[in-house]
Amino acid sequence: MKRFVGFMKKEFIHIFRDVRTLLILFGMPVAQILIFGYVITNEIKEAQIAVYDRSKDDITQEITDKLGASGYFRVSKIIHHEAEIEETFKQGEIKEIVIFEQDFGKKLINNNSPQIQLLLDATDANMANLLQNYTSGIIRDYSQNIKLKQINVPVIQAKPRMVFNNELKGVYMFVPGTMALILMIVTAMMTSISISREKEMGSMEVLLVSPLRSFQIILGKVAPYVLLAFLNGVVIILLGYFVFDMPINGSWVLLLAETLLYIIMALSLGILISTVSNTQEVAMFISMFALLLPTMLLSGFIFPVENMPWPLQWLSTVIPAKYFIILIKDIMIKGTGLAFVWKETLVLVGMTLIFIIVSIRKFKIRLE
Amino acid sequence: MKTILYLLQKEFIQVMRNKTMLIMIFILPLVQLLILVNAATFEMKNIDTYVVDKDLSSTSREMINKFQGSPFYNITGRSFDKSLGEKKLLTDEADLIITIPSSFEHDLRKEGKADVQLIINAINGSAAGLINAYTTAVIADYNQNIISNWLNPHESGSSNPIEMNYSYWYNPEMNYEVYMVPGILVILVTVISLFLTAINIVREKEMGTIEQINVTPIKKYQFITGKLLPFLVIALIELTIGLIIGKLLFNVPMVGNLWLLFGFTIIYLLVILGFGLFLSEISDSQQQVMFVVFFFMLVFILMSGIFTPTESMPDWANYVNVINPIAYFMEVIRMILLKGSGFKDILSEFFSLSIYAMLILGLAVRMYRKTS
Repeated sequence: MKRFVGFMKKEFIHIFRDVRTLLILFGMPVAQILIFGYVITNEIKEAQIAVYDRSKDDITQEITDKLGASGYFRVSKIIHHEAEIEETFKQGEIKEIVIFEQDFGKKLINNNSPQIQLLLDATDANMANLLQNYTSGIIRDYSQNIKLKQINVPVIQAKPRMVFNNELKGVYMFVPGTMALILMIVTAMMTSISISREKEMGSMEVLLVSPLRSFQIILGKVAPYVLLAFLNGVVIILLGYFVFDMPINGSWVLLLAETLLYIIMALSLGILISTVSNTQEVAMFISMFALLLPTMLLSGFIFPVENMPWPLQWLSTVIPAKYFIILIKDIMIKGTGLAFVWKETLVLVGMTLIFIIVSIRKFKIRLE
Repeated sequence: MKTILYLLQKEFIQVMRNKTMLIMIFILPLVQLLILVNAATFEMKNIDTYVVDKDLSSTSREMINKFQGSPFYNITGRSFDKSLGEKKLLTDEADLIITIPSSFEHDLRKEGKADVQLIINAINGSAAGLINAYTTAVIADYNQNIISNWLNPHESGSSNPIEMNYSYWYNPEMNYEVYMVPGILVILVTVISLFLTAINIVREKEMGTIEQINVTPIKKYQFITGKLLPFLVIALIELTIGLIIGKLLFNVPMVGNLWLLFGFTIIYLLVILGFGLFLSEISDSQQQVMFVVFFFMLVFILMSGIFTPTESMPDWANYVNVINPIAYFMEVIRMILLKGSGFKDILSEFFSLSIYAMLILGLAVRMYRKTS
């Protein structure tokens, strides 16, 4: 036991003397949270649009004003000639052009159904889809109001209520997502690199011939990282809570316990990676490259999993981050307890066990 | 010249003899490109819907049928009890609850107005916005039905006071893969070249082999060229394979001039390689340099506009993006491939990156010392 404590002490010193890495470790979640909080938003807010008004009457002006007043759009360019359209899109700032046909107002008064054409720069299809939906919503509203003024017709009105997040804030997505991504990559990368480093340097041999048992070696190597990653997770939660008003409706204890479970899972994955890699470079490439994009894209962090084609939905079931994100959202936002999230918890426990068992099988006491 | 050739030979042998690394460099990224491009969609399909129809009139049923007929909705349950629906919301089995009050048809006929309540799970704000837009559109559509059914045509006038039509430029089929392929390609090429360069020199330092090179008469610039050229070549091969996959499998239009794209890529890679070299010179261990590189890369990728356009970012973010090489490349690769922009259109990006490349490479060469 005493030997083990001594060994762990050595590992702690190893880590804490490298101030630069520590700085990065704690700077990373902060930077990412800030970027997501202030830079990356899928909300449409003051998107720049152009208007090509070939009619120039009161009604087209009114619709244009309505678009501008909605808060979603800013009319930043008035187009006067057909030829300017292509130019506008090529410059890239403006993603939507609203075109009113000639004699728009006159046709409307004569019940002649005037036309509005929306041109969208669909290079980013997702964005174009959002813009088109928001614009047609506003125009449809306007159109229905005209109808109501003309004659008394029955209408069904939709009364939407947004539950769990009535201001449609992005923080509900990015705090859980950032936690899942950062904790996964940082933990798996740190663990796998630090073990394969001993192999690459040849110092693993020294450890293996020492009286320490191999599980003690591994445990001693990873223990400091559990602490570091856990602190990292707490920093993210606190930032979300204090800076971005992310609620914590469920139990704190459960939240922290699940975070710890996720870290241990990532750690065992890191150990598994280190058993198959002989150099730090390989370990880094596996843990970074093989984990970064899948964790980002298949976990429901940025893109909802339900919309993906079924092979990808199927593939997403092996992405641990997916379960963690569901857990965190349920606990923090919906305020549910273990009764609702036991399934996800079990999956994470199961994954941890599998990683550990496979690593033990693959761990070689002797070097080739 | 001969010295550089020998150095190049050495570096290539070093990369090629490590089979695991070869898989990491060439197979893994391309597999990711193939698979992950399909994941990046905001398009809503299968909106899980729970229906609470307390009216059960012909009008309400007809409206629900509209939802059932739409490919976007997936009705997962019905009952008269709203709280049952709310439970489904809690367990993620429903994204949307449509509640129709019991006096629905009555109100519609007598008062000419009836409400439908939509309860939307809004944890994902942008998805919720879309669900709302789709649903209101379906209901508005149904309104038109009622109007034309209940009133005789000449009284109601035209069914639609204002007609709308859309056209999607550059990507008429709204194929989001076409947008994502270049984006993911940029990330893959960047990750490979940045990490390989950054680790390379630190490893020589850590292993002590850099001393052996330092005592040889190799000149600084020869050494740096020997270190950078292999990774430049690898990254270009990577890009080429990626573009071929994009063309054959995802039908990415390549409207612009590909030579222009490759020319620009080389300048971009010089910046990335210079950056990697610089970071590896100021680091002491592989572990340290990996974390530093990881940090910069993550920040650069997220701010580059891969998922969300840079135009919608706040001003200060656009100032930060001045030093973000990925942001330039992300913009330019999409402009050239998808819109067919020419040299004239990317002139400012071209000059910015050229200056960037000169500065960072200059710095990297200056920082490298043969004597400690």
